[in-house]
Amino acid sequence: MTLILDPTDERVPVERQITPRTGTVSGVVGLMDIRKPRGNILLDELEALISDKLPGVEVRRYAKPTFTKPCPDDLRTQMKAECDFVIEALAD
Amino acid sequence: MADKPDFSLSDIDGIERSFPTGQPTLICFVKEDCATCNLAAPVLQAYHEAFGGAANVWMIGQEAAGNTVLKSRHGLTLPILDDSRLLTSLAWDFESVPALYWIGADGEMLTHFEGFIREEWQALDQSISQALEVKASKVEWSDYPEWRPGCGSMHLDPEVNDRLRAEADNSPIRARKIEVAAADDVAEFMFDQGFSDGLPLVPPTPERVMRMLSGTRRDAQEVIAQMPPNMGDATIEKIAINAVMAGCKPEYLPVVIAAIEAVCTDEFNIHGVMATTMGASPVLVVNGPIREKIGMNMGLMALGSGNRANATIGRAVRLAVRNIGGSKPGGTDRSTLGNPMKLTMCFAEWEERSPWDPLHVERGFAAEDSVVTVFAMTSGPVNIVDQESRAPDEIAGTIGMGLEAMFLPKYHMMPVDSLLVVCPEHLDTLLRDGAYSKDRLRDRIQEVTKKPLREMVANDISGAGMTRAVAANLSDEKLDQLVPKFASKDYIHMVVAGSDAGKFSAAFHGWVTGAMGSSSVSRKIED
Repeated sequence: MTLILDPTDERVPVERQITPRTGTVSGVVGLMDIRKPRGNILLDELEALISDKLPGVEVRRYAKPTFTKPCPDDLRTQMKAECDFVIEALAD
Repeated sequence: MADKPDFSLSDIDGIERSFPTGQPTLICFVKEDCATCNLAAPVLQAYHEAFGGAANVWMIGQEAAGNTVLKSRHGLTLPILDDSRLLTSLAWDFESVPALYWIGADGEMLTHFEGFIREEWQALDQSISQALEVKASKVEWSDYPEWRPGCGSMHLDPEVNDRLRAEADNSPIRARKIEVAAADDVAEFMFDQGFSDGLPLVPPTPERVMRMLSGTRRDAQEVIAQMPPNMGDATIEKIAINAVMAGCKPEYLPVVIAAIEAVCTDEFNIHGVMATTMGASPVLVVNGPIREKIGMNMGLMALGSGNRANATIGRAVRLAVRNIGGSKPGGTDRSTLGNPMKLTMCFAEWEERSPWDPLHVERGFAAEDSVVTVFAMTSGPVNIVDQESRAPDEIAGTIGMGLEAMFLPKYHMMPVDSLLVVCPEHLDTLLRDGAYSKDRLRDRIQEVTKKPLREMVANDISGAGMTRAVAANLSDEKLDQLVPKFASKDYIHMVVAGSDAGKFSAAFHGWVTGAMGSSSVSRKIED
């Protein structure tokens, strides 16, 4: 038997649970641009689609300062407070 | 004298003996193969016979089998306690055996000596008899030599001491211990656990981690950074574990610690550096006296393989980012291609070879400081070949043309760092007519890379660069404006390294330089 020491941060992986699906979209949908090139174009299209097909839903736009760094806590908190749903445009 | 730690040990008859006892107690640590311990054993037996009614007289042996031998060899009847795990020996912290302690009923240590000096043992005999108001022992002191040296205690044997310190109550080790079954191959197990960068690892046993921690004065549990993306606590201990796996020697650890402090700053932004599809990685440059002290390579093959310090310091930083931060390929490391620098990239500047201020002095440190500087680089080292130029401005021009390759020759006015490594022969050519400053070289690079802006516009050969739509709105005069490779010469960093033979300099190419991406960071290396 060999004893070795754990080189990791010893985080026990917690399986992420998916938020229960309601089957309908209502309230506020946030559209998050992480600032990758052309993310705004994708989100413009999505905003047009939502406005057309879900006229009762309000769309709000958000953007990270830079895609290279994690989302600032303030912005994450703001989106959580203001939105019922968030769609994030990843990559370019 | 300080009180000694509690213990509870079994004697040779299986009776549990605990300290403190609440009575006067004489304790002597011995080992069977020590001639002086064998000299002392009959004396201890005589003490037991004289004082055993009013005090405990215990022998503590460092080997279970040896205790049995001592008992029969000397006809001992005093309690012989088993410390074959050596943890009590370690806790009592003496150097040689026999190690004798005479302790009062309240636990206060009254006398301690090691080895055999007849006067000391005889004086103790007298003082115990007076204290307990009983007769002295029946030892014939004239039969004993005046002096015999003790033997080294077994707990100080280098083969066991690191393990003992790791297991002790006051051990600095706090990391989760993983038992690898005897039937499992440790190397394969570590691959399976995802600890490895793809190459074999040195198993981080407690003994090895203890030795690694001896390389720094810092507390093992000090948290030097929260490492993204998991924001894991980068303790000195966790860094030491990863340094062991990388193959570092303990004396490299301060460099690894300083480099990890540097990469975990917001300016360096290790999260973005690791995550980018462009495949960036830290490049470490070491300056100052530590280069010589730990035997780093700054000459022949400085950027290549073969030097343990260069190879393992860079690897330790990357393994820490992987294991403590949790950045792994396919997870948050999304490199399209990656590059070998993701395994390791660390070298030293050959400061003495050039008249230039070395990198750390340029960045505000004292020449005698040891400093590590980290750059986020996406390519390199890319050779810049010129075996013909003999004039300073010619070789400087060549270096400029070489740097034009960064990202794409077509791209100019780039706000992106490059790290130029000037080889000694190119340096000699630069200096052949006298002084040639780093700044003059930077100016020359900017001068020779100037191109009309129109050459940056997308065309049928390459759609990269300025879009045709943007260019259409610019005047001819604007499009004829000459623009250099770099948006500012401050983006050109340079060091000297390499062997005296060969006209080959090299460049590392940066990533997104600045607040939106990564800025280079220097950290002083402290013991």
